[in-house]
Formats: sequence, C-alpha cells, structure tokens
Amino acid sequence: MLKIENLGMNFSGFQALNGINLELQEGEKHAILGPNGAGKTTFFNCLTGQLYPTDGVTHYKGKKITGLTPSRIVNRGIARSFQRINIYPKLSVFENVQVALIADKKMMFNLFRPGAALFRDETARMLELVNLTDEADETAGLMSYGKQKQLELAIALSSEPDLLLLDEPTAGMSPQETMDSIALIGEIASKRKLTLLFTEHDMEVVFAIADRMSVLHHGELIATGSPDEVRNNEEVRRIYLGEHADDAA
Amino acid sequence: MFDNPMLTFIQLLNGLSLGMSLFVIAAGLTLILGVLRVLNFAHGAFYMLGGYVCFSLVKLLSGVPGGFWLAAIGSAIALAGMAYLIERTMLRHLYERDHLYQLLFTFALVMIIGDLVRFTWGTQVLSVSLPPGFKGAVNLGIAYYPSYRLFLCLMGVIVAVGMWYFVNRTRAGRFVRAARQDREMLESLGINVGRIYMLTFVGGSALAGFGGALAAPAVALSQGMDAEIIVQCFIIVIIGGLGSLGGAFLGALILGLLNSFGVMLVPNFEIVLIYLMMVVVLMIRPWGLLGKPEAQ
Amino acid sequence: MITQRNLILLGIVGAALLALPLIGSLFAIYLVNEILIFALFALSFNLLLGYGGLISFGHAAYFAIGAYACAVLLTTFGWPFFLAFGAAAVISAVCAAVIGYFCVKLTEIYFSMLTLAFAQLVWAVAFKWIAVTGGDTGFIGVAVPDWLDVPVRFYYFTIVVVALCAWIMWRIVNSAYGFTLVATRENRNRAEFIGVDVKRIQLVAFILAGTFAGVAGSLFTLFNHSVFVESAWWTQSAEVMIMSILGGVGTFLGPALGAATLLILDRFITEWTVYWPTFLAIILLAVLFFFPEGLMGFASKRKKKGE
Repeated sequence: MLKIENLGMNFSGFQALNGINLELQEGEKHAILGPNGAGKTTFFNCLTGQLYPTDGVTHYKGKKITGLTPSRIVNRGIARSFQRINIYPKLSVFENVQVALIADKKMMFNLFRPGAALFRDETARMLELVNLTDEADETAGLMSYGKQKQLELAIALSSEPDLLLLDEPTAGMSPQETMDSIALIGEIASKRKLTLLFTEHDMEVVFAIADRMSVLHHGELIATGSPDEVRNNEEVRRIYLGEHADDAA
Repeated sequence: MFDNPMLTFIQLLNGLSLGMSLFVIAAGLTLILGVLRVLNFAHGAFYMLGGYVCFSLVKLLSGVPGGFWLAAIGSAIALAGMAYLIERTMLRHLYERDHLYQLLFTFALVMIIGDLVRFTWGTQVLSVSLPPGFKGAVNLGIAYYPSYRLFLCLMGVIVAVGMWYFVNRTRAGRFVRAARQDREMLESLGINVGRIYMLTFVGGSALAGFGGALAAPAVALSQGMDAEIIVQCFIIVIIGGLGSLGGAFLGALILGLLNSFGVMLVPNFEIVLIYLMMVVVLMIRPWGLLGKPEAQ
Repeated sequence: MITQRNLILLGIVGAALLALPLIGSLFAIYLVNEILIFALFALSFNLLLGYGGLISFGHAAYFAIGAYACAVLLTTFGWPFFLAFGAAAVISAVCAAVIGYFCVKLTEIYFSMLTLAFAQLVWAVAFKWIAVTGGDTGFIGVAVPDWLDVPVRFYYFTIVVVALCAWIMWRIVNSAYGFTLVATRENRNRAEFIGVDVKRIQLVAFILAGTFAGVAGSLFTLFNHSVFVESAWWTQSAEVMIMSILGGVGTFLGPALGAATLLILDRFITEWTVYWPTFLAIILLAVLFFFPEGLMGFASKRKKKGE
C-alpha cells in the first residue's frame, strides 16, 4: 500500500534521514520507534508533503506521492495527526470536525450552501466515535490536553483516510489517558480497516497495538519486523532497549 | 541615450546621491524590520520630523560655526529621544500582539507626527540653506556638480561602513544580528531581548532623523514628504532583503540609479519601472536579493 | 448568527436609511451616501482581513481600478450605464485574480508587501497614463446618466447596490467556503492537512474582495463625477484598514460601523479643528490598547455582560 524507497532528508549538511526503505501492507498497524531526535517527525513530514525530501521516492497505492502538496496527499487518502496539538483553537469542537468534513466532501469552494448546516449528522457521529459528544460546543483550545488529542484524531479521521499517520499520539498524556487513547485508536483502526503508521517513544504503547514495527536511530531504520523480532534484535537491544534499561535502573 | 557622456555622468551622480541619501533612512528601517518585525510606517514621519527639527535648529544656531552639522546631529538625538519614549511607553507592549496592531500603531504615529509638524511649522514649504562650504559646485573634469550632493554620496558610504562595523564588529552589534535570526535562542542565553529591541528602534529612528536632516538642504520640506519616502524605503528594504544592511545598500543604489536612468530610458514611466522592480523581486526572491530565505 | 435582536436592529437601521431623504438635509444625504460606499469598501476588505486573516496592504488598488474603469467606460467609450457598471466590477475581479495569483504565494509580511507593491504599481500607472486617467489632475466630468444624476435617486441606487453586495458577502462568509476560509485563517497548516488547497481558498477571497471593492469604487466615481489618483495611493489602503479595525474585524458589520464612525467624525471634527488626524490617532490608540475587538466587539461584549 505504501512503499518508501531510499528516503533521505538533508538540512543543509545535517542528514536527518538516510536511506529509509519501508513497505506497508493494507491493514497493517506499523509503529516507528525511536528516541527523541531520531527523525520520526521529519520522517512523517517527508511522507505528508510538509517537507520535500532530498532523496528517494514514496509510492502510495502504486502512485508516486513525493513532491505533492500536503492537501493533494490528503486527498489521495493519507491523513495525519501531529505531535504538537494542531487544531483550530478558537473554533468550537463541532466546527473543527465540520470543516474537515466540508473539505473531505469537496465543498470548500461552494459559496452558497450555508456551512453551518452541512454534515451535522456526520460530525456528530465522528465526535461520538472519539467520545467528544458532550464537548461539541466547547472552544477547542480550552479543553484538556487529552481531549484536544482526541479532537485531533477526529479531524484526521474526517478526511476518511485509508492510511492514517499518527505522530506520537500519546505524547504528554497521563498513563491512564495513554491507555484509553491507545484502546480507542486500536478499536477505530480495526473498525474502519485503517492502515496505521505511528511514531512512538514508549514501548508499552507499541506492543499494545502494533503488528509490525521499525526502529529509527539517527535517521536510519536499523530494524523492521514483528515486535518480538525487533525486541530480540541485537542492535536494537544495544542502542535502544539498553538505554531504556539504564533509565529504569 | 548614452551618447552624451556628460549627461550620463551627471545622471549617474544624481542616482548615486539619491540612493545614498535614501540608504541612510532605509538602513534604519531595515534594522527595525529585521529585528522587531514591525512594519514601521512611521519611519517616514520620523524622517520628515528630522528635517523640520533640523530647520529649527539651524535657525537657532545661526552664526554658530558648524551650525548645520550640529543641527543634523541634534535632529538625530531628538528623534532618538522621541523613539525611546514611544518604545518604552507604548510600542513594547505590542511586540506580542498581531502584526496588524503594530501596523495600526505606526499609522497612529504617522497621523500624530503629521499634525505635530503642521502645528509647529505650519503648512508652507520650508527650505534649509546649504551648509557653508557646500554651496558651490565641484569641477569633476567633464562636468560641474553640486558639492553637497557629492557629500551626500560620501555620507551614505560613511554611514554604511559605520553600521557594518557596528553590526559585525561590536558586542552590541552581535546581539542585534542574533536577534534578527533567533530571538528565542537569545532569550535562552539570558540576554535582555527587550533592551535590544529598544536600542534597535532608537538607533533606527535616529538614522531616520539624521537622514531627514541631511536631506533638508537638498529637498523642500513639506507635509506629505513622509508618505513618499516610506514607500521608497520599503522598496529598498524589500529589494535588498528584510534586515540586511548590505541589501539595503544595494537596494538604495538600484533605486537611485533606476530613478535617474529610468527617466532617460522610459521618460514619464520611471515610477512604474521602480514598482515593477519591487513586484518582480518579491515574486522571484521574496526574501530579497541579499537576504536569506526563512525556514517555513 | 442572526439573532432576533440583531434582525430588529438591522431593520431599524434599514428603515432609517430608506426614510432619510424624507427628513434629512441634502448634506445628510451626501454624507450617508458616502458612508454607504465606504462601508461596502470596508466590508470587502474584511473578507480578506477578518475572515481570511490576510493583511492586504493594497486594497485601494481594486477600489481605484473599479473607479477608473467605470469612469472610462462611461465617459470615454460612452457605454450604456449598466454595462459599464457591470464591466467595472468584472475588470476589478480580473485584476484581483491576476495580482492575487502572485500574492497568495507569499505569507505574512511578504504578502503585505507584495499587495502594497502591486497597489503602488496601479497608482503609478494611473498617475502616469495621463491619456486615459487624466493623471495628476484626475478624471473629471464622468458622464453619469441623467436619470441617476439626482442626489436622492443616486442615494437609493447606492442603497440597493450596497445592500445587495452586503447580502451576497454575508451569504459567502456563512457558506461552506466561508467556513473553510476561517479555518485557513485559524490554522493554515491544519487546513492543508485536511486536504484544503489554502492558496486557492485565499485567491478566491482575494478575487471576491477585489470585486466588491471595485463596485465600491464605481459607486464613488458616480458619486463624485470624478476619480483622483489618490484613491490608489497607499494611504487609502491604510484608511480602509483603519475603518475595519476601528469597527471590529471579528464581526461582519463591524467594518461598516467603522466606516460610518470615521466619516462622521471626520466631517464634524474638521468643522472646528484641522487637527482631525490626531483625534483619529487617539481613537486608534484607544482601540489598540483597550478595545482590540473594535467598536462592534466592544458593544457585543457589553451586551453579553449585561445579560
């Protein structure tokens, strides 16, 4: 479904990503594990058109998407969430989702249909899906961090993607919030038959939902495979799990 | 058009002297834009006020040797003082606000200064006589040329060198340069960014005042001179690149020369040519000829 | 949202406008007529600023293009009135489309600067293309048709045009497009990642704003029987920005209120002092530091507190 070949990103001398090859099958839930600074967000930015990679090419459903603008890539069926909350903070929760649906249904250049009346049922359903029904009329930016993350997910889902990219979906959450949102993401992904690519720094989260995973280290993928395979990979143990073991001790 | 070498030469000098006197003003504007990120429409008003203050000081100091030069420095100081008051009492409260409100603030300044000039100096056109020693023309071999204009050329170069030295070779200048690039980094180093902003605004405004004083003997002082000069300064700053001193120098030269030779190339339409230039630079290199593209 | 209260207020204002010629002096009719024209201009500007978050620094260009186009088509070419009036709007739209195409590629300060540069270019052309525009002396003696050349008739004509344009703009800002435009203002990056082509959305706003500004310019030509090159100078762009912010860019009708406030103050303060700009500046500073949401925002907040 997604085929990444030799992807590289060089920021005027600094090689942030190098020779990344990765293939995703339909329905796969793939985690990218790596410490902060490993290049996870840069990797996502290169895939979604936010950045133009200096090397390599990405195909989605057999078609090249490298070089397209973010909006084009979204229209192909790839949606993403962001590590740092990225919503419309001054709009209501309801409007946040409604606008995404208007865009998805290609109504954004319609000058005459009143916007407020559009896709009300769909919006309500989407909010229900992420458990935000009661917060529909709240100002998005004033909600708790966890709820804003849920909203972020709803916005990404509103473009009805086949492939969903989540950048650190549980970053900054309390353990309880993390478990809840992981359960929610897993459930939605299964229900909607989504292919999921997500970055994570927390092993627990990865094992809870991923069926395959890769480890990113200094801009390179050093291992790919099932969680168990990766966990037993020597290099990974040495660089990544080793560090974690030290932290724990 | 270039078949008359004398005319070409004189136009060249005209272009250079215009460009250099504009540079003094635009240098202040580009500093403020680069560091504070404020589109300061009041910069032209500061220039105008500098000219008028110079007029009064020259009258006050008549008979004093070097009176004009003292008056020019006095204008710069007066404008610096005013800028200090404006920055401390009002402008600094607006840095965190939207660009729009900063713009609006500078509009308010434009209006108040316009009225101040009208109230103090009236509406008639005033002129400052050329300083002694610069009243005549200099024989340059193939043509005579007004010596004050040659002096303006020289002054532009002196200001350029002085500012280059300040920005690149002094401690304060280093902070200004850093503030232009990354204000967060400076803050994290524990440097008082507010002070750098204040000094930049004061210094930039002093340059506007000084530029106004220097221009006073060469142009007629009148209301509305602020609205014209500010557009020219914006052109220079845009062509050169926001915050780039070298860019402002280049931009001022281009504008000056385009003005003088444009008259010969496309008589009557030289103004169109100049705005066209600004449009084209913005379309091709929005960060200016010598500026650096900003990270998105 | 239209509340019943606002609807009643709007009805009262509308009725007062319609009744004015019966009770008001010629001076009042002229003043209100001018206010209506600038209200339309400010409303068009607010499509960009208030709804799109785009700080255009050259909105006067489209006002001037509409004004000159109407004058030239009516007078120099002798076109029938409605054809000329409509064509002026179309010409403004086309110019806004061409200029906007380049402007929306840039953001923030660079966007503002390019809009300014284009507007100054328009000004320079109007200033120097004397054969067509009359240059510095202006285009004088516009051939306004006789049936319209009566203050009260022109007043009603203005009401009809402005009301129609305002209604269309109201529909637009509340449309699916209007929603999307607000989203691009609130968070450009997020909008891109729900599949919105932000530049195209902004370009449409630019064209719409330019078109309605052109209509306002045409009306102003007919109102004055002349066009002057100052209408494209940057201070005119600054003025419409001041009107909008004074009234409040966060509301649909705020800019119209700003236009009315500015023109009324102008008329009455200049009666007793030439230092009107200082008064305006003081008002601006007050808005800036104490009521950043403008007069309209201030009024609606007071109302909410009272309730």
